[in-house]
Amino acid sequence: MNSRTFAAFVGPSVFMMLLFIAFPLVSVFKQSFYVTQPIYETVEKETCTPGFLTQTCVTEQVSQPKLDEHGEIITQTQYVGLQSYRNVLEPERAWRAISDGSWHVLSTINFWKALRFTLTFTLITLPLVVGCGLGIAILINNAARAIRGPVIFVSLLPFIITPVIGVLAINWLFRGDGILTAMMEWWLNRDIALFAQAWTIEVLMMLYRVWHVAPFAAIIFYAGLQTVNQDSLESAVIDGATRWQRLKYIVIPHLMPLIIFVAMIHLMDSYRVFEEIVGFSSQGYVISLQWLTFDYLTPDQAGNRSISRASANSMLTMIGVVILLILPLRRTWRDHKGGH
Amino acid sequence: MSSRALRQPFSLRLTSNIFLALWCLIAAFPIFWIVVMSFKSPVDAFDSNALNVIFGPATLGGGKGLSLLDIILGIAVIWVTIAFSTKTLPSMVKSYSKPGQEWFGWVIGVLVVLVSFLVAFFVILPAILSVLNPWFGPLGRDVLGLTTEHYKTVWIDRGFSNNFKNSLIVTTGVVTVSLTVGTLAGYGLARSGSTLAFWILIVALVFRALPHSVLVAGYLPVFINSAEWLAPILGENAPTLYGKPFAVIAVLVAINQPFTIWMLRSFFQNIPAELDEAARVDGCSHFQAFRRVIMPVMWPGVITTGLFSFLLAYNDFLVTALLLDAQNQTMVPAIVGMFNRETTTTDQVVAVAAAVSITAPLIFLVLIFQRQIVSGLTAGAVKG
Repeated sequence: MNSRTFAAFVGPSVFMMLLFIAFPLVSVFKQSFYVTQPIYETVEKETCTPGFLTQTCVTEQVSQPKLDEHGEIITQTQYVGLQSYRNVLEPERAWRAISDGSWHVLSTINFWKALRFTLTFTLITLPLVVGCGLGIAILINNAARAIRGPVIFVSLLPFIITPVIGVLAINWLFRGDGILTAMMEWWLNRDIALFAQAWTIEVLMMLYRVWHVAPFAAIIFYAGLQTVNQDSLESAVIDGATRWQRLKYIVIPHLMPLIIFVAMIHLMDSYRVFEEIVGFSSQGYVISLQWLTFDYLTPDQAGNRSISRASANSMLTMIGVVILLILPLRRTWRDHKGGH
Repeated sequence: MSSRALRQPFSLRLTSNIFLALWCLIAAFPIFWIVVMSFKSPVDAFDSNALNVIFGPATLGGGKGLSLLDIILGIAVIWVTIAFSTKTLPSMVKSYSKPGQEWFGWVIGVLVVLVSFLVAFFVILPAILSVLNPWFGPLGRDVLGLTTEHYKTVWIDRGFSNNFKNSLIVTTGVVTVSLTVGTLAGYGLARSGSTLAFWILIVALVFRALPHSVLVAGYLPVFINSAEWLAPILGENAPTLYGKPFAVIAVLVAINQPFTIWMLRSFFQNIPAELDEAARVDGCSHFQAFRRVIMPVMWPGVITTGLFSFLLAYNDFLVTALLLDAQNQTMVPAIVGMFNRETTTTDQVVAVAAAVSITAPLIFLVLIFQRQIVSGLTAGAVKG
C-alpha cells in the first residue's frame, strides 16, 4: 500500500483525532496560563428607602461588571502565568500541612483530597478486579457447558449497564434504610449510616467498580482459559501436582499477557473515576480528579465557569496519565523495534 | 471431552457451582431490584423490609395489583413469545425471504413479533382478565402490588420521550460516523506495516487514556464563542456549537476513534491479506478491492465495533452533561438531574422508573448480541 492510498484511508480518522483530541489538548495547555474574567468598575450608587419626613439615602461604592453598548459583559483575557496552578495546588498551605504532618489540613485542599482518593481507588480496586475476574472465569470454565451461555449473559449485565445508572442502583440499595443497609443493621444489631462518613462511601464505590469491571476481566480470562494446553495439565496431574500448583505454574503463566492487558485497561479507566461521585452524590465527602475538572467546568450560581482552573487541573491530571503509560509504551516500542 | 485424569470430585464441582450461583445473584440483583422498585408505590419501594418491596402491600392497598391468574397468564404469553421467536421465527424468516436479503426478513419478523406481543400483552390480556378475574374467586384476587404509574409520569409528564429522542439522535450519529471513518482507518492500518501506522496506533493508545473532562475543558470556551470565530467563514448565521447535538456527535466520535480503530484493525488483520491481493492482481484498485472483496466479509467485526460505539454514546454522562443545553439533553444527564433535584420519595421512584427505562434496551442488546460482545471483548485482548 503506497503512502497516498494509506493517507486516503486513514486521513479522515486522523483528522478527527487531531481536531477533537490533539487541538483541545493544546488549547487546554494554553488556557491554563490565562484567565478570562469580566472587567469590574467601581461606581457610586445611591440607594434610598422611604422614611418619615425625609428619605433615608445611603451612598456606597459598588463594584459591578462593565457593560458594552449591547448590554453584554465585557471580558478580558489576561496572562497570569502559573497563578491558576497555584490556585489549584495551594502549594504554601499544602507544604505547611505536610511539614506539620497533618493530613487533615491537606485534605481540605480539593486537589490533594481528589488525588488521594483517585490513587487509593485505583490501587485497591486493581487486585480485586483481577482476582475476582480470574475467580469468575475459573468458575464459568468449571460449569457444565449448557449453563455457560446463560451465566455469561447474567455476568455481562453489570458490565453493560450505564455506569451512572449502575451506581444509582447500588445507591438505592443502601441509601437511608435501603434493604441492604437494613439487613446489615439487623445482622450487626446496630445503627448504620453509610452515607455519613467518607470511608464507607469509598468502600461502596470500590464495591461498585469491582462489580462493574470484574465481568469484563472474567470474559477475557475465560477466553484465555480455553487455550490452556490440556496435555501439560494432564502431565502435571500425573506428576502429582495439586490443583493449586497447576493453577499457579500452568494456568496463571499462560494467562499472564491477558492479566497485564486487563490491569492496564483497568488502571487507565479507574484513574478517570468519575461516575461514582455523581451517582453517590458524594461531593461533600469524596471527590476525584476528573470530577474536580467537571466541577470547575460546571457553571456556578453566577453562571461563570472557571475554565482556567479546570485547565490547570486537567494538566495536572495528565501527569498521572503519562506516568501510567510510560511502562507499557516502552514495552510496545521495544517489541516494535524487535519485530523489524 | 476432558480426560479422566482431569475429572473433578463431586464436592469440588458442587462448591464451584454454588459460588457461580452466588456470583450470578450478585451480578443480577441490583438490576433486578430497581426493576421491582420501579413498579411499586413510593412507600413500598423504599421499605426496609425486602418482602414488602416485593409484594407491595401499600401498592395493593391503593387498588393496583395482579392476581395469581394475571401472573400465570402473563408468564404464559411471555413464554409463548420467547418460544416462538427462538424456534419458529428463524425458520420462517429463512423460508419466506429471498436469499441474500435475510436481514430484511429479520427486520420485518422482529417488528411483527414485537407489535403483536405489545398488543397481546397490554391490550388483549387486560381485557380478557378483567372478565375472567371475578369468576375465579381466590385465584382472581390481587396478591402482588404493581403499578405502572411511574412510567407514565416519566414518559408523559416529565418529557422523558424528548430526552429519549435526543439520545437516539446522538447515538445514531455517533455509530454511523465513527464506523464509516473507523472502518477505512482500521483497514488502512491493518494492511500497512509502515512506521507511521505504528505511531498512529501508539498515539491513539495515549489518547484512549485521556480523561474526557480534559478534552471538554478544551471544547467549552471554543464552542460557547463559536458564533464569533465562525462569523468570518460562515457569515451572519454562524451557529453557536454549544448545546448542539451534532457538535456532541463529532466530539464523541473523536473520543471513540482510538478504540474503534484498534478494534477494527484487529478484525481486519484476521481477514487474510491474500483476499485483497487476489483482487488487486485482477486489476482492482485498493478502494475497489476494499469495496468488493473486503466489505462483504467485514460485517461481524463492524457490528461488534458498532455495539461498543453505541454503548459509549448511550452511556455517556460527562460530555453530554457539559456540552448540551437543557433542551437537547440526553437521557443519562436527565436521570441524574431528576435524582439530584427531587427530594420526596415519589420523585425518587420516578427516577428509578427512568433508570429502568434506560437499562431495558441494554439488556435486550445483550440478549441479541451476546456472542458479538464477547468476541469484541476478546478480540481486543488477544491482539492488544
